[in-house]
Amino acid sequence: MTYLFFGYVVIWTILFFYLVFLMRSQKQVNDKLKALSETLDQHD
Amino acid sequence: MSFTWPPDLYFLIMLSPINTSWRLARLYLRIADWSLIPLYFLMVVALYGAFLYAPTEREMGEVQRIFYFHVGAAWNCFLAFFGVFLGGVAYLITRKRSWDHLAASCVEVGVVFTTMVLTTGPIWARPIWNTWWPWGDPRIMTTMVLWLIYVAYLMLRSSLPEGETKYKYCAVFGIIGFLDVPIVWFSIRWWRTIHPVVITSSGAELEPEMIHALFVSVIAMTVLCVTLVMLRMAMRLNSSMAEELTHS
Repeated sequence: MTYLFFGYVVIWTILFFYLVFLMRSQKQVNDKLKALSETLDQHD
Repeated sequence: MSFTWPPDLYFLIMLSPINTSWRLARLYLRIADWSLIPLYFLMVVALYGAFLYAPTEREMGEVQRIFYFHVGAAWNCFLAFFGVFLGGVAYLITRKRSWDHLAASCVEVGVVFTTMVLTTGPIWARPIWNTWWPWGDPRIMTTMVLWLIYVAYLMLRSSLPEGETKYKYCAVFGIIGFLDVPIVWFSIRWWRTIHPVVITSSGAELEPEMIHALFVSVIAMTVLCVTLVMLRMAMRLNSSMAEELTHS
C-alpha cells in the first residue's frame, strides 16, 4: 500500500498547487477589478 | 443600516457603502486561503490513514480501503446540496445575488463529489458483488438520480439568460432537487438493499483504527469542499463584477 500512498500524495500535491495557482490568479483579478471600479467612480 | 434575515456575509461589510462586491470576493478568497495549508496536511494524513494506518479488512481485502474516500465524498455531496437548498431558500427570501452564487457554487462542487461517489462505488462493487452496477439497488439508483438532478440544474442554469428569472428558477429547482438527499440517506433503511450499512444508530461497526482513518478522511474532504465552494463563489463574484463594469 506504500506505493499507492505516495502515488496519491504526488497527485494531491499537484492538485493542491493548481488550487494555489487559481487562488492567486483570482486575487489578481479581484485587485484589478477593484482598481478599475475606483477609477470609474473617480471619473463619475 | 438595515439587517436582513437570514443574515449573510454582507453583514461583515455593511459598514462600507461603496462597491461591496470586490470586498465580498476578497473575503471568500481569504477564507479559502486560510484553509489551504491545513487542507494539504489533513489530506496527506487522510491518505496515510486510509492506505497505511487502517488495517486490511479480513473478508474484502485491500479494496475495502476505497471506503474511506467513498464515504467522505458521499458526506460532502450531501453537505454541498444542503448549501444549494440553503442558498435557494435565502435567495427567494432576500433576492440577494450572493445567495445565488452560493447555490450555484455548491451545485458544481456537489456534482464533483457525487461523481466521485458514483465512480468509487463500482470500483469497490466489482470484486465484492461481482458486478459494476446493480441496477435494482435503491441506494445506488437514488444517488444516480441525485447526480442527474443537479447535472440538469447546471444545464438549466447555462441555458437561461442572466436575470432575476434565471436565479428564481434555479433556486426553486435546487430546493426541489434537495428532496432526493433524505431519500438517498434513508434508502438503505426503507427498502431492501445490498448496500452495506456501516454507520447505524448504535455506532459504526468498525475497528477503532478504521474509525480514526474514516474520521480524518471526512474532515479533510469537508475542508476541501468548503475551500472549493469559497473559491467558486469568489470566481463568480469577480465574473459578475467584470460584467457590471463592462456594461457601466
